Amino acid sequence: MTQSRPSTTSEGATASSSPRVELDVERIRSDFPALGQRVHGHRLAYLDSAASALKPQSVIDAVVKNYSEDGANVHRGVHWLSQRATTALEAAREKVAKFMGSATVENVVFTRGTTDGINLVANAYGAANLSAGDEVLISHLEHHSNIVPWQQVCERTGARLVIAPVTDSGELDVDGFERKLSERTKIVSVAHVSNTLGTILPLARIADLAHARGAVMVVDGAQGAPHLGVDVQALGVDFYAMSGHKLYGPNGIGALWGEKSIFEKMAPYQGGGGMIRTVSFEKTTYAGLPERFEAGTPNIAGAIGLGAAVDYLTNIGFAAVAAHEKELVRYGTKALAAIPGLRPIGTAKEKVGVFSFLLENVHPHDLGTILDKRGVAIRAGHHCTQPLMKRFGVPATARASLGIYSTRSDIDQLVGAIREAQEMFS
Amino acid sequence: MDDLRELYQEVILDHGKNPRNFAFPDASNCEADGYNPLCGDQLTVKARVEGDVVLDVGFQGQGCAISTAAASTMTEWAKGKTRSQIDEMFELFHSVVTGKKDADEDELGKLAVFGGVAEYPMRVKCATLAWHTLEAALAGKKEASTE
Ligand SMILES: Cc1ncc(COP(=O)(O)O)c(C=O)c1O
Repeated sequence: MTQSRPSTTSEGATASSSPRVELDVERIRSDFPALGQRVHGHRLAYLDSAASALKPQSVIDAVVKNYSEDGANVHRGVHWLSQRATTALEAAREKVAKFMGSATVENVVFTRGTTDGINLVANAYGAANLSAGDEVLISHLEHHSNIVPWQQVCERTGARLVIAPVTDSGELDVDGFERKLSERTKIVSVAHVSNTLGTILPLARIADLAHARGAVMVVDGAQGAPHLGVDVQALGVDFYAMSGHKLYGPNGIGALWGEKSIFEKMAPYQGGGGMIRTVSFEKTTYAGLPERFEAGTPNIAGAIGLGAAVDYLTNIGFAAVAAHEKELVRYGTKALAAIPGLRPIGTAKEKVGVFSFLLENVHPHDLGTILDKRGVAIRAGHHCTQPLMKRFGVPATARASLGIYSTRSDIDQLVGAIREAQEMFS
Repeated sequence: MDDLRELYQEVILDHGKNPRNFAFPDASNCEADGYNPLCGDQLTVKARVEGDVVLDVGFQGQGCAISTAAASTMTEWAKGKTRSQIDEMFELFHSVVTGKKDADEDELGKLAVFGGVAEYPMRVKCATLAWHTLEAALAGKKEASTE
């Protein structure tokens, strides 16, 4: 099961027969040109990968190659450049499908990102299947992009948005979740990993509970895919949305995987070129998957770049990613806990490298500015999770988040700059 | 730490930590809520106005050092000022924090310490939130947003 990978792999690394997986972080760092720069005269400690991950050279090269050599439109083109671009686009879809653990390729749709994917499901599935009194169940830790689309579709259909509780440590309260399920629950939509707290949600268990009630299970995989990888079949979910830019790939591209038997029955929600079979003024018939949900010229270079990004991650392997991250989470948690006046927000047992915290006497925004001057890139604010902020009674947090290129030096630099900020505001 | 001291001058650190007029004036007769949707900072400004003159003004809320210090120094400065004086000063203050004009202590007095904000475009809204809110209150609006 995908969501238990970090613990199994790290335990496996110490105890069982699985080979020890090491991630050569210096080699990885040399693949990321952005890491070579200095910021305000300091080494760059990039601790904002949860917002956007940096891009390896292979992704940049793939995008540049598409624009340099194949800059033509895809599909229906009989000329050479168009054929080459089409082949590359469909090869990228195959890579992404494989990355997501999909048995088939056509049920992977290219989107603009996670937000776009969730909106697609909310509109094309939700609006068609929800009626007044039905319920959509989400959790208290969701990103706005897994709240607002459901709110909108609830408003249109008369369905109700129901919120499952989160514990003080930032875990999903599974018993509370179960109590919120009812025979009216038609859709369950939760994050794989919280972008604010780093919490890993027990997706397979949630999917079982949802399915037992006959609900469809949607996953916001924006943060799950880059840290844990995705295996839609092992997770047993019905939709999984992810973003390229959090996965070391380009902006403006993402993928939505859908369970084929559900996906292929859905009517398109955007009309236009590319998604039709035949058009007349009297009647239009629609193309099948995936074209049905890809109206208009797709982000071709983006999709190809996303293909390169999943190749890059697949080569490293998520066992190595998880082991590396687990060690850094342990190191970072300890280093931050040693800072007097620091209050961590989000202390789930199963979590990825996302550290949200508050400092006594230093507002997150002031901290963000001060850290930036020391080359440390973090994020300060509500992280598009205002209901979660309210749950913890804070207006904002500072958030440092890790990527595959993160090191202990990044954390040391963070801690040093936090100390400096504290001195200034003491 | 010197580069940061340009932004976080002593006056700002002091007012950020110990804001003045951090309470609502008695018998206030106009007020507005200010909200910075980018960072979630929010404050409420209340004032007692007679004719054209702000007799008393105070604020409450939560924000970063820059926005708290801006509110604190603004309320200190605004007491006894007319609406047109406040409009004029806000315009000047705005040009200074956005880097369109150099901070001149003769014109700005204590408010000149916000000159360093011009180097930090992402923080301009922190410095102007309280001013927008006071302007909204005086104009009889209920809410101000920096967006
Ligand atoms: C958990 C989570 N969900 C959804 C999103 C939205 O992703 P995107 O902006 O790429 O559509 C993000 C990114 O901010 C996120 O962290």
